[in-house]
Amino acid sequence: MPLYKEQGLVLRSVKLGEADKIVTILTQGSGKVRAVAKGIRKTHSKFGARLEPFTHVTLLMYRGRNLDIVTQAEIITPFQRLRASFDLITAGETMLEAVDKVAEEHERNVRLFMLLLAGLRGLDAGPVDAAAVAESFVLKLLSLSGFHPSLAGCAGCGAPGPHQWFAAGQGGVVCPDCAESDAGRVSAPAVAWLDALQHMDLAGAGDMTPAREVRREARAMLYGFAEYHLDRRMRSFALLARQPDPVLAP
Amino acid sequence: MFEGPIQDLIDELSRLPGIGPKSAQRLAFYMVKAPAQDARRLAEAIVAAKEGVRFCRDCFSVSEGELCRICRDPGRDPEVICVVEESKDQAAVEKAGVIKGRYHVLGGAISPLEGIGPDDLRVQELLDRVGRNGVREVILATNPNLEGNATAMYVAALLKPLGVRVTRLASGLPVGGDLEYADEVTLGQALEGRREM
Ligand SMILES: [Zn+2]
Ligand SMILES: [Zn+2]
Repeated sequence: MPLYKEQGLVLRSVKLGEADKIVTILTQGSGKVRAVAKGIRKTHSKFGARLEPFTHVTLLMYRGRNLDIVTQAEIITPFQRLRASFDLITAGETMLEAVDKVAEEHERNVRLFMLLLAGLRGLDAGPVDAAAVAESFVLKLLSLSGFHPSLAGCAGCGAPGPHQWFAAGQGGVVCPDCAESDAGRVSAPAVAWLDALQHMDLAGAGDMTPAREVRREARAMLYGFAEYHLDRRMRSFALLARQPDPVLAP
Repeated sequence: MFEGPIQDLIDELSRLPGIGPKSAQRLAFYMVKAPAQDARRLAEAIVAAKEGVRFCRDCFSVSEGELCRICRDPGRDPEVICVVEESKDQAAVEKAGVIKGRYHVLGGAISPLEGIGPDDLRVQELLDRVGRNGVREVILATNPNLEGNATAMYVAALLKPLGVRVTRLASGLPVGGDLEYADEVTLGQALEGRREM
């Protein structure tokens, strides 16, 4: 089996057998990789915390037929601050889940890797509004994956906005003439908020928090749009939607 | 892919934790080849366990009666509660013999990726217990991984306003290990959790 070296970001890990785990990693040069880390659940494992989700690592792996095997891992960035806050973890998990859904196994996607790295750095910097960073990330990921939502001009005919109808299936906001039967009414502030999130860089997104009502409406649009185009349910949206959690507010 | 009942068995087995499709296939063929009474005994043991095991009314650990052995024991301090994810974690902590108080089994950990939120765990039951029983200290012994830590942070944030002391199991170097092999996260946590000597 050929041995290869990669750097990557750990997306998730699931238990395998008695003491092993299968870790899913977005690598810089080899796309998404699924690899077995043997013995990792034992407290004296040589892997320690090196393959926990969010960690930026360099890896030495054997290419397998189905799953690869991790032989060595070293931490580049542990993203410690991100791990120390519930809201940051929840926001980060949305990034990991979305990336896991769009990344192809063994298919190089450097831009996706760089986007995730920027997203995790944005969270690790301790933003005021973690959910806004994650939602801005989802918009950028959708654009990168060919599902760029139209938030200004009509997604059907290109007529300049602002528009008051939105349809995930049509690709974003639409004018009254283009709106099909499944289009829903949306308010100008909610569209403007998503538009701002789409254009803002990830670090800046966390400094803004919209009014509650605006956010609720924008979330319905964004989450619906993402699930429609990713063609999967995004489980982490349920917890992200609770942010900022009044129960946890200091 | 096989036909009929053998494939059904493989499908059922591969839904079990830690069992991949290959192991499921191996187990299924083993069971089919084994004597009929062995297969029946296994099936009956599963059903008996499922029907016979109950969960303690107070701590939700597996129990034979309404209350588990520990919750029935008047010698166990009711003002100290050690919170774990699963019953098997309780068994592991109990073996260390350090906890003089009682337990609370959450039934898992918060995991956005698995769609498990706080409402799917016995968090409210813990808060009720703490409010009801004049609890002094809650020890959070969830797993030292991302989900376990997230759960501990969440539960701690809810407990603190109740005026109870909240502690977390220390994370750090494994006993019997070498410092030079420790990763920076583990070593960092060990340093943060250092204590006076
Ligand atoms: Zn139009
Ligand atoms: Zn009990």
